Amino acid sequence: MGDMMNQETLMQWIIILPLLAIPGILLFHKKPNLREASTLIVGALLLIAVVAFYQGFDATSGSYVHWWELMPGLDIAFRAEPLGVLFSLVAGSLWLVTSIYAIGYMRGHGEANQTRFYTCFAVAISGVMGLAFADNLFTLFVFYEVLTLSTYPLVTHAGTDKARHGGRVYLSILLSTSILFFLFAIIGTWAEAGTLTFAQGGVFDSTTSKTMMSVLLVLFIFGIGKAAVMPFHRWLPAAMVAPTPVSALLHAVAVVKAGVFTILKVCVYVFGIDLLADLDVTDWLLYLATAGVLLASLVAMRQDNLKKRLAYSTVGQLGYITVGALLATQAGVLGGAMHIVAHAFGKITLFFCAGAIMVAAHKTEISDMRGLGKTMPITMIAFFIGSMSIIGLPPAAGMWSKWYLLMGSLEAHQWAVMIVLMISSLLNIAYLLPIPLRAFFDGNRSVVSIKREHIKEAPWPSLLALSITAIMTLVLFFWPQVFYGLAESLASVAGGTNG
Amino acid sequence: MIQHLPILQVIIPLLAAPICFILKEARLVRWFVLIANVMAFVVSIMLLQQVNLNGTLVYSLGGWDAPVGIEYRIDKLNAYLLILVTSISTITLMAAGKSLTKEISESKITYFYIAYMLCLTGLLGIVTTGDAFNVFVFLEISSLASYTMIAMGNDRRSLWASYQYLIMGTIGATFILIGIGLMYMMTGTLNMYDLAERLPEVEHTKTVFTAFAFFLVGVCLKLALFPLHLWLPNAYAYAPSIATVFLAATATKVAIYVLLRFIFSVYGFEFSFSHLPLTEILVSLGLLGIIAASIVAIYQTNVKRLFAYSSVSQIGYMILGIGIGTKTGLTATMLHLFNHALMKSAIFLALAGVVYRVGSVNIKAFAGLGRQMPWTMAAIVIGGLSLIGVPLTVGFVSKWYLVLALLESNWWPIAVLVLIGSLLAIAYIWRIVEVAYFKPALQNNQSYKEAPLAILIPAWIFVLANIYFGIDTSFTAGVSEATAELLFGVAE
Repeated sequence: MGDMMNQETLMQWIIILPLLAIPGILLFHKKPNLREASTLIVGALLLIAVVAFYQGFDATSGSYVHWWELMPGLDIAFRAEPLGVLFSLVAGSLWLVTSIYAIGYMRGHGEANQTRFYTCFAVAISGVMGLAFADNLFTLFVFYEVLTLSTYPLVTHAGTDKARHGGRVYLSILLSTSILFFLFAIIGTWAEAGTLTFAQGGVFDSTTSKTMMSVLLVLFIFGIGKAAVMPFHRWLPAAMVAPTPVSALLHAVAVVKAGVFTILKVCVYVFGIDLLADLDVTDWLLYLATAGVLLASLVAMRQDNLKKRLAYSTVGQLGYITVGALLATQAGVLGGAMHIVAHAFGKITLFFCAGAIMVAAHKTEISDMRGLGKTMPITMIAFFIGSMSIIGLPPAAGMWSKWYLLMGSLEAHQWAVMIVLMISSLLNIAYLLPIPLRAFFDGNRSVVSIKREHIKEAPWPSLLALSITAIMTLVLFFWPQVFYGLAESLASVAGGTNG
Repeated sequence: MIQHLPILQVIIPLLAAPICFILKEARLVRWFVLIANVMAFVVSIMLLQQVNLNGTLVYSLGGWDAPVGIEYRIDKLNAYLLILVTSISTITLMAAGKSLTKEISESKITYFYIAYMLCLTGLLGIVTTGDAFNVFVFLEISSLASYTMIAMGNDRRSLWASYQYLIMGTIGATFILIGIGLMYMMTGTLNMYDLAERLPEVEHTKTVFTAFAFFLVGVCLKLALFPLHLWLPNAYAYAPSIATVFLAATATKVAIYVLLRFIFSVYGFEFSFSHLPLTEILVSLGLLGIIAASIVAIYQTNVKRLFAYSSVSQIGYMILGIGIGTKTGLTATMLHLFNHALMKSAIFLALAGVVYRVGSVNIKAFAGLGRQMPWTMAAIVIGGLSLIGVPLTVGFVSKWYLVLALLESNWWPIAVLVLIGSLLAIAYIWRIVEVAYFKPALQNNQSYKEAPLAILIPAWIFVLANIYFGIDTSFTAGVSEATAELLFGVAE
């Protein structure tokens, strides 16, 4: 496929492909099997496309496509660069898995409005792909907003008062930060630098004052609300009212990763890490992000609702990536980029498990899950693997990214940051590991364990999906080359003196 | 023929009005009015071509040269406005046939069309004429016609709304007349072009200042600048839907045109911005309007009224753009003039569809409509996104220029307030979205059909225009920049 099509065409197909599932979804809205088939077929095609694109990807040339010019200087244009390819690989491969999972979950749960669900999902994925390949801040912003708007109906899916309230929080925080800060920062960048195109080493020249750049950096960091930097993280727990596949793919992978992806992009390609290291405000933002990591972990410990706990854990883990970007060293950028991948596979596994428990055992609170390992062994093993990756223990993928993040903080001589990151990892152990351990080794609820034959797992598509992601988490520990390679070339593009 | 285009632009709708009276039969009148509108639209396109080819067109009415006779003067600014008014009026009329049958009694429909044509005559006249007193005359024609249209609404409150507007509108008109009278007293001419030449000689007199002040207040009342907007919400809410679409999209825009014409062409930039604290006045009132009217909009239960308040706040954006006093700011105003007309036409036409099927625009009546009338609701949502300023809609383009203009002048705090205005827009739009899409219908047994195509198609023409001009800005941004340059060029 890669040979038949040149890279430019392929890149555009990756962006458009998810949308092509929509006619099928709408056409077969009364025949669920055909409807889901169209999602799965397109999902598989997308996976092939992103892999083919990766194989043909050459970091030095970078395919470029220009769609149209909105206003002089404001273009919708795409360019492939390592971070974008990395992000598209993650999102592209996980969409297919999530679609498989969703079929089991949505039917097992008897959800309504499934046509709307799959349609919005496809739009969201297309938005992610557009965002991943954006060549300039404006294009990125457009797809960022597409992502916000297309995921809103997924959050409010249930239509209950609680869902509507969650949706309101979700939308109001994401849209207001994006308009009030992010858009403002973009226009400010335009007014200062006269360009919005991502460039190696940043877009600002010596005429821009440091104060101005500091202001812009702060606006960017807070404006990219999808990265859930405290205090603008509340939308993420609120979004947990959504069906679990949404929480899994969008609120552990696509949407939140779009946020940290944007932060990395801005740090590397708008400011450039040399400049970033020069600004005083970077340090303050770094401390804020680090404090956010710690706080989120502490809050996560107090949550009894499993999805809520995972959501706060996500807030904390996103903080790791923001920290990586703000460390302004090569190792930091490398670790941040790798953590996008590692956290994606680990956290999606955890969410899949949470959903499986909800469907099979109808349990949402952690305190009710003791002894559950007897009836849902596969789910709980997968949960264990996912937890290991989040904590950063071998043999799970999370170890690598945490390793590089710690190295990055060492290089930047940020001892405090390093210590906090390590403490936070300990906290991760404290709030994640007890869940699978109690599920298997809790003797108090032996009532369940007597009936060993009563294994009751989630529907098989869901089980298959969570097994795949759990295995992938392990595989990525042993073979991290693909992602390491991409993250490495990003880090080398980023420049930096102390790398 | 070609040289008579400026007068044809006004004469066609003016003559069409009495012919409607003769035709009587509502169905005949409807088609006749539509044809007359299409003709006016064609004339406006030809005018723009002529202006682009030959520069400013000057036409002496009845062969009497100015300053004795009345002069019509068309430059890029007028030509642009004429296209805006005639195109929107034509597309709106396509929906009128269906919508009016539900909203006003059979016997009054012909009269409604007559009022509509007279209102159009007035608006086109204001834009084409180069004579200050003529502006007043046409302003009165359009105003009286709009009072009539508003009063025809089937709600009893529409009479009261019309009366309120009548009082306020008359006060505004009187102020304008006093202003024009004082200008005439000082210069001995009513021709705008002559005024512009003679005013500088007497510009330091108190009389000229007074004239300007009277004129400004009068026009601001007409264009519903906060806090002179009190007539607008009721008028828009209780008028027949078609009248709301037409007035919201064109009448206030024409009033803004008058403001621009007098500030820049007649008095000149120098006088308006250096001798008078116009920047402070316009910027502060514009900002107040943006914020206050948006907040009030959030608390409305009548959706038409909600969007009426939104109009007041959007007018604030346009005034703010003028107040900045730079070319980019003026470009932003011109862009928003056009873009806001597109947004509000789409939204109010879609609401006309809701009125047609549901019979109410109370927010509670919207429950479940997202499923029952998907195309109508989608039109409102897209129009709403455009109001918020989401990229790839026209709203984004105007916001971009406005914020850019503010940043260029280093007015960061005001830029923040403008963006906060967008957030408030999210709040009032999303109230509707939530009810329409995520609340089950009130009565389970009653289900509404999609709005009739006769209303839906015009509404969607506007919706698509919202997206098209949000993606391809070469026409709108190009013309806006050209007019902004023209207005500044006259000033220099």
